[in-house]
Amino acid sequence: MTAVSMMVNGQHVSAEIDPRTLLVQFLREHLRLTGTHVGCDTSQCGCCVVHVNGDAIKSCTTLALTCDGAEVTTIEGLAKGDVLHPMQAAFRENHGLQCGFCTPGMIMTAVELVNRKGTNLDEHTIREELEGNLCRCTGYHNIVKAIGAGAQAMASAAE
Amino acid sequence: MTETGIGASVRRKEDFRFITGKGRYTDDINRPGQTYACFVRSPHAHATIDGIDASAALKTKGVLAVFTGDDIAADKVGGLICGWMIHSKDGSPMKAGAHPALAQGKVRYVGDHVAVVIAETWAIARDAAEKVLVHYTVLPANADTAAAAKPGAPVVHDVAPDNVVYDWSLGDKGATDAAFARAKHVTTLEIVNNRLVPNPMEPRSAVGDYDEGNESFTLYTTSQNPHVARLVLSAFIGIAPEHKLRVIAPDVGGGFGSKIFIYAEETICVWAAKKVRRPVKWTSDRSEAFLSDAHGRDHVTHAQLATDETGKILGLRVKTTANLGAYLSTFSSCVPTYLYAPLLSGQYDIPAIYAEVDGVYTNTAPVDAYRGAGRPEATFVVERLMEVAARELGRDPAEFRRQNFVTQFPHQTPVIMCYDGGDYPRALDRALELADYANIGKRKAESARKGLLRGVGISAYIEACGIAPSAAVGSLGAGVGLWESAEVRVNPVGTVEVLTGSHAHGQGHETTFAQLVSDRLGISIDNVSIVHGDTDKVQMGMGTYGSRSGAVGMSAIVKALDKIEAKAKKVAGHVLEASPDDIEFKNGKFSVKGTDKEIDFASLALQAYIAHKFSGQELEPGLKEGAFYDPTNFTFPAGVHICELEIDPQTGVVAIDKWTAVDDFGNLINPMIVEGQVHGGIAQGIGQALFEGAVYDKAGQLLTASYMDYQMPRAGDLLSYEVAVTNTPCPSNPLGIKGCGEAGAIAAPPAVVNALTDALGHEDVPMPATPQALWRAAQRAVTKAAAQ
Ligand code: FES
Ligand code: FES
Repeated sequence: MTAVSMMVNGQHVSAEIDPRTLLVQFLREHLRLTGTHVGCDTSQCGCCVVHVNGDAIKSCTTLALTCDGAEVTTIEGLAKGDVLHPMQAAFRENHGLQCGFCTPGMIMTAVELVNRKGTNLDEHTIREELEGNLCRCTGYHNIVKAIGAGAQAMASAAE
Repeated sequence: MTETGIGASVRRKEDFRFITGKGRYTDDINRPGQTYACFVRSPHAHATIDGIDASAALKTKGVLAVFTGDDIAADKVGGLICGWMIHSKDGSPMKAGAHPALAQGKVRYVGDHVAVVIAETWAIARDAAEKVLVHYTVLPANADTAAAAKPGAPVVHDVAPDNVVYDWSLGDKGATDAAFARAKHVTTLEIVNNRLVPNPMEPRSAVGDYDEGNESFTLYTTSQNPHVARLVLSAFIGIAPEHKLRVIAPDVGGGFGSKIFIYAEETICVWAAKKVRRPVKWTSDRSEAFLSDAHGRDHVTHAQLATDETGKILGLRVKTTANLGAYLSTFSSCVPTYLYAPLLSGQYDIPAIYAEVDGVYTNTAPVDAYRGAGRPEATFVVERLMEVAARELGRDPAEFRRQNFVTQFPHQTPVIMCYDGGDYPRALDRALELADYANIGKRKAESARKGLLRGVGISAYIEACGIAPSAAVGSLGAGVGLWESAEVRVNPVGTVEVLTGSHAHGQGHETTFAQLVSDRLGISIDNVSIVHGDTDKVQMGMGTYGSRSGAVGMSAIVKALDKIEAKAKKVAGHVLEASPDDIEFKNGKFSVKGTDKEIDFASLALQAYIAHKFSGQELEPGLKEGAFYDPTNFTFPAGVHICELEIDPQTGVVAIDKWTAVDDFGNLINPMIVEGQVHGGIAQGIGQALFEGAVYDKAGQLLTASYMDYQMPRAGDLLSYEVAVTNTPCPSNPLGIKGCGEAGAIAAPPAVVNALTDALGHEDVPMPATPQALWRAAQRAVTKAAAQ
């Protein structure tokens, strides 16, 4: 067992863990933050995307120990109290989800995409940037729409 | 239409928990004292088990138990069943080989369950599973659909020495042969409908829990139909009687058919929970999902269409070999038979149809229903035949279809179905207009100038949904009735809970079902809760598949609401001192006709419960009604999808640049949700046509067992779709709705392949049409052109 500590959604957490514990296992099983999902075992689906020090990463392929001292944000940490993050609201408004399983990863990916590429995103860019995220339900049509709208909303929110 | 009533694109009530990470899926559930199961799976497609040595695993710290087929046999755990009896042409019943939850003596596909390790943690269970030594004698594998029943092929089950589960037929052979004898032209196609892996993003998961004090079990599981799971686990597998087994399917992350079935893993989790007296959890990883979830499709078909000198269709015949895998999964037997051949009439008036289907065993994962289930396979046959026949006859494919459309309803096809309504030319016209079909020639010429091949493909599909009238399916071999149940509970303050036997795993029932109630009772949608997915709360139900939840599930709610209204009118009669016959109910208010006396729904509900204004002997207090709705017919959604694409013959890369869908789903409850269902279906259909294919090698190894090898459609592979609807209300149910969940997956594959073959100028294109396949096909097109 090895000690690890990090900031998760603004809270300081520390624990003794098996060194092979993946970040996603740490989040889901130790912290019971079950909004981050596991959809594959080859780092292909993006259901597990969280932010580590502001970068969108796949928590299924990251050892928790490598995040020692890091700042981690999960889907549970995105809303401010009862106020949804504009990207969350955009997914609901644009029907960007069906079963909801891919959704946390999609939203975390989308937020980081906007942080990285700005709030004016064309359809082509959004589709290309979603190369690491799979959704089996929506056919992506409304996810793409939601991300475009969410990006715009993030611009307004930042003003 | 009210803001939240029928026909409004209400934003989904369930979304809040999903977008905030507060959904509750099976793997999110941990029970106190929980242990973890890891399955030891066969690495061989076909082998005898000569011995299992679990001693090293059992010595591992943290391992509680290792169970094998012997343990379940000793406990008399029943085998997994197939619930639909199919008879061969000679009247003999299908040959169902035993399907134990843990293999007994023999393994029959890679991934078959040999043993299970139960341990304190997930990691220990996995480590220990690697230490279970299984001694196999490897046998030759039978892994090729077309060759499965050839003489000398390895025998999968002794009960079926030729590997044929059934050889079944539908339709009039004599009449069909006569039609072909009369024909001016016969179009012939050899069709392979590629094998798919359903791949809901949430892998299957199960938590079994045993309550010693009450001798009762709870199973949390990723199921589309928890009541059916309970029925099978009780009545056939014999885990516990139904009143001692609670099955909960919480939030489920997509199903597409693959979560209908009762699998070995959940069976073992619930059984083992009693053995180890601790909860047992198993969650599939994606590799296991590829190996052990039931796959879909996998047909090899010889198909022919006969036409007369005017282009009128005279007859259609098919001979199909359907791969059912190594064991018969829960509903596998009906998919390539009664969900397939009855759809072979398509949207067309075809006087004679004859279908022969051989279901075969192979050493591959079981094959069962996947989005569309039989109907995509039928539509692919029909729509490829239509396209190719039109080309061979020198006809415009749209006009050739139009000439043969069914236009009079009801229309009895020669293959069971009686179409109750529709307007096929209208959908075609609308689709042609939206797709700008008239100018395709110009666009093709522009592409040609750039060295690209442009093609357009039409698919005019029909499907049978609203599955299904119980007596009808019973006469065809179904082991269950396919009605649906609903209970409407009005609380004293006028809020409402609706308990439904349907299950939602992405379809949005919490919203659409609430819209129906809000519309009907005139109450806010926020005052309606939809309860589903728990056998302790909902008495019985048949679950969600076959696009049945609207047409059947909501019809049951309508029936219960009728009863609520009738009872409420009686209460209102007492409260307003009038005859119940004089009470009107409109906009959430009960009033006495011709007077200003009225009471709103919430106050009426309170009156029903306090029962001060009427004699509780004459009229029971309370306001709660249940109903079972058994449909009178299938429903027949239909439509036209048009795909336009461009192939780069140098690279084989294809770009779809326009997709037009015009669907007739009857009345819509929530157009936003309907469109979403169409989008998702199209994506899966394009996936089948261009990307996805489960491939087994000769030894029965699955070569496509991860997302590295099995190409799932991604955002960058797809486009935004143009989706429109026509509406001929369904005459067979009270809401006039038909179902929309599978349409896209049914319509899309032939639209894509018709477009590809149009672009290439020849018909020789396989699915999935990968860049490599298309590059080869483009080379063949060049060779062909040069030869001409
Ligand atoms: S679970 Fe991390 S990419 Fe699939
Ligand atoms: S909403 Fe179900 S996988 Fe994306």
